[in-house]
Amino acid sequence: MSPKRARLAKQFTSRCLTIIALSILAAGFVKSRSSAADNEQFLITHDEIGTPGGRLVISQRAEPKTINPLVAIDGSSREIIGLITADLIHINRSSQKTEPALATSWTVSPDGRAYTLSLRRGIKFSDGQPFDADDVLFTFQVYLDERTHAAQRDLLIISGRPIGLRKIDAYTVRFDLAQPYAAAERLFDSIAILPRHLLSHAYEEGRLSQIWNLTTPPGQVAGLGPFRIKEYLPGQRLTLERNPFYWKKDLAGTHLPYFDEVVSVFTGSADAEAMRFQAGELDVVGRLSAENFSALEKHQSAGRFRLYDLGPGFEYNFLFFNLNALSRNDLSRSNFASIIRKQPWFHELAFRRAISAAIDREAINRLAYQGRAYPLSTFVTPADKLWVDRNIPQPSRSVAEARKFLQTAGFSWDNSGRLLDEQRQPIVFSIVFNAANQQHSHAATLIQNDLEQIGMDVQVVPLEFHSLLNRVFESHEYEAAIIQLASGDADPNSDINVWTSGGSAHVWNLGPDHSRKPWEEEVDSLMREQMITVNYEKRKRMYDRVQQLVWENMPLICLVSPNVLAGATERLGNFHPALLSNYTLWNVEELFFHR
Amino acid sequence: MVPRNKPYIAFALLAISHGLLLLAGFFAPYDPTSQDRELPFAPPTRVHFIDARHKLHLLPFVYRWRANTTDRGYHEDRQTVYPVRFFSQWHFFATDPPAKIFLMGSDAYGRDQFSRFLYGGRISLFAGLVATAISLILGMILGGAAGFYGRWLDELIMRAAEIFLTLPWLYLLFAVRAFLPLHIAPNGVFLLLISVLGAIGWARPARLIRGVVLSAKEREYVLAARGFGASDVYLLRRHLLPEAGSVILTQAAVLIPTYVLAEVVLSFFGLGVSEPAPSWGNLLANLRQYGVLESYWWIFLPALALVPVFLAYYGVFSYYGYYRGYYFAGDGRDGTRNSLSFMPPAKA
Repeated sequence: MSPKRARLAKQFTSRCLTIIALSILAAGFVKSRSSAADNEQFLITHDEIGTPGGRLVISQRAEPKTINPLVAIDGSSREIIGLITADLIHINRSSQKTEPALATSWTVSPDGRAYTLSLRRGIKFSDGQPFDADDVLFTFQVYLDERTHAAQRDLLIISGRPIGLRKIDAYTVRFDLAQPYAAAERLFDSIAILPRHLLSHAYEEGRLSQIWNLTTPPGQVAGLGPFRIKEYLPGQRLTLERNPFYWKKDLAGTHLPYFDEVVSVFTGSADAEAMRFQAGELDVVGRLSAENFSALEKHQSAGRFRLYDLGPGFEYNFLFFNLNALSRNDLSRSNFASIIRKQPWFHELAFRRAISAAIDREAINRLAYQGRAYPLSTFVTPADKLWVDRNIPQPSRSVAEARKFLQTAGFSWDNSGRLLDEQRQPIVFSIVFNAANQQHSHAATLIQNDLEQIGMDVQVVPLEFHSLLNRVFESHEYEAAIIQLASGDADPNSDINVWTSGGSAHVWNLGPDHSRKPWEEEVDSLMREQMITVNYEKRKRMYDRVQQLVWENMPLICLVSPNVLAGATERLGNFHPALLSNYTLWNVEELFFHR
Repeated sequence: MVPRNKPYIAFALLAISHGLLLLAGFFAPYDPTSQDRELPFAPPTRVHFIDARHKLHLLPFVYRWRANTTDRGYHEDRQTVYPVRFFSQWHFFATDPPAKIFLMGSDAYGRDQFSRFLYGGRISLFAGLVATAISLILGMILGGAAGFYGRWLDELIMRAAEIFLTLPWLYLLFAVRAFLPLHIAPNGVFLLLISVLGAIGWARPARLIRGVVLSAKEREYVLAARGFGASDVYLLRRHLLPEAGSVILTQAAVLIPTYVLAEVVLSFFGLGVSEPAPSWGNLLANLRQYGVLESYWWIFLPALALVPVFLAYYGVFSYYGYYRGYYFAGDGRDGTRNSLSFMPPAKA
């Protein structure tokens, strides 16, 4: 061995020794630290072990309006809030089952009315302050307080009484329900736990709904989610950085999340989003339209990204008629007179069934959704495997049947083929829909053509989205409309506001004082009863009956359920898009880039 | 650009395009609203003279489009030849069903784009002309009065013009639409709205005309006419407004396409011509979608077909402005490049 080599070997050995010594020291230090941290209870994830680092670029079509979980109702804001906050019990978007989050475990009392939750110990908010039962107590107090006008408050009122909450010790809380509640643990999903140390002051001063907007300095915002706010550039982007205190680890013991940063770019429109994704400027894109999906599909072979068609999701779109009780004397609504004149048609079951029979749903699927949708008979989509009633027949088109329905209800045709009612008035009505939704626009045009074949003169009226919502939900100045609703969860309770009379999304008749038909009374009582029934089979039977009643009485004429379409860069690991929203980023802490 | 010394090209183009539009029922092979759900986004039909067996046909023929099984495209079914029939059943050309002849391809519902282009041109061009006429007439009256009488009237009209220039017209149209019931005939609503649009568009031509009148009224021949006792109306009609001829023509050349394109915006917000009636705006609105842009090139054809129509308008107005003895706006031949050059050409 030459002297030079000997010197190098010696250096190498001494360096190795130093490294080993340091490692031993470090191991000792880590050990002592973890015991000092009062057995910090990390949640261990079981997905593929990833590589930390990197920045994920996502997009939002609209800028988030707020990061305050109490007041956020728009999709963009809720998406960001989902990244910076956490809930007690979480619904796994992929398995659709509940799983521990900030609560490590929970027990239910035999009568099904008391839930005792054990909280995760030794974990911290993103500003480094500890989390305990007081934060949970504070959070629910705030959500239930009428003065804060939290959107989630309605969910926490069961049989007219708010959920009761008691602190057992620093890491145990007990929730008391007025009645047993089916799938009560699903209630806790998306109730973001708030930091008492930052917000109690604002709450006492009654200004909780005004705080935490996008211009709030990042230091004054803290949550328990995988990321925290770093920087906001209006009109351009929102940058989130990794929360170093996050409470999940992977199998190798690496702290999650893997990404250092998540950047949300504001793209403005779905088309701009698709183009930027194709150009490689975005790593993930969710809620692709079928047309953009097909356009991107051609470039998929070039590598770089992969597209996912998950099949029909929980969204369902439908045509419905204005069955609200309108007052002819309401002079502020000059259009009511003509709507009231047409309402007897809309109330006629045979009329609605004829329309359902005349609509070519297969054509809507093929032409408006490029075959990436599922024709629907009722509002429960095939994605909802546990609850869909498979005995309801598939919708099929039959113009002859439609004509038969109309004939039995006293409608007739004149020589030119126009449909007339019993007073010999021609059947003319308009369908309103969201102008920005290309698929709805296509569907409306197809329906217009279908109904022309049974002699109806239909005008399609695209409206700006807010004006559409205003007409449907506030002024009731419309004749028929196409809209889309999505079940927020794979559980009948998430649709309760659609199906019970007086519910906030009982779209075809929102009035409180309408006379209910026997079938509506039955739906009301079934929905209420299933809510307090714990046994799955019993609940399923009740919900099947609801679907049956809806299919027979057609308050909504369901059209199709669009497929959930997403895309992601090929090097994104652990990417498992789901049918429930948030479709793509529900496991953002586990996402990483393959090197 | 249409050469100025060959105005007949522009005139011929305008005559042909307007003839086609007026006789849309004859030149269009199909009803613009009839759907063929088996042929969405079918490419333009290829017109052949030589068939698959290399046999030459004297009259053109087409093959039928069949959907591919693997992708969303189409292929020609070369089993049967479908001759193109001229002057059959009150149409200039057609072919035998089940084959279809789509000169500009079909849209998302399998409707013939060529037929839609012809029928759509009627309402779009009519709307453009109506709105332009309203804008120019109002602009001429108000701009002429402001420039001629000056003082407080000028102040009043020009401040009003500024208000109109800053008016968010889209929201104004929303407001107008909100007052109308949903079910009144969509084309009626559209014409009403386009008239409103024309009426609020008077400000820009009025400002330009005012400028011309303001400078022209100090000219010696105008002063002379005034000295001979000419009335205000006579001066405006005989001397001042004709002076603004080139400005008016420039404005017309700019406004007609602008108002035709305004229809695209109106269609987007649901204020335009509604389905299934065709209009140029509706045809162009198809191009808004990335998926369509990316996949179906023939959806661009109506947009391309509009270019010669607008150019012809420009050419005719440009020629007319020249003929009247004025330079067309900013063509630089008099050494200036502003939009208000009123010097007569050298030959005059």
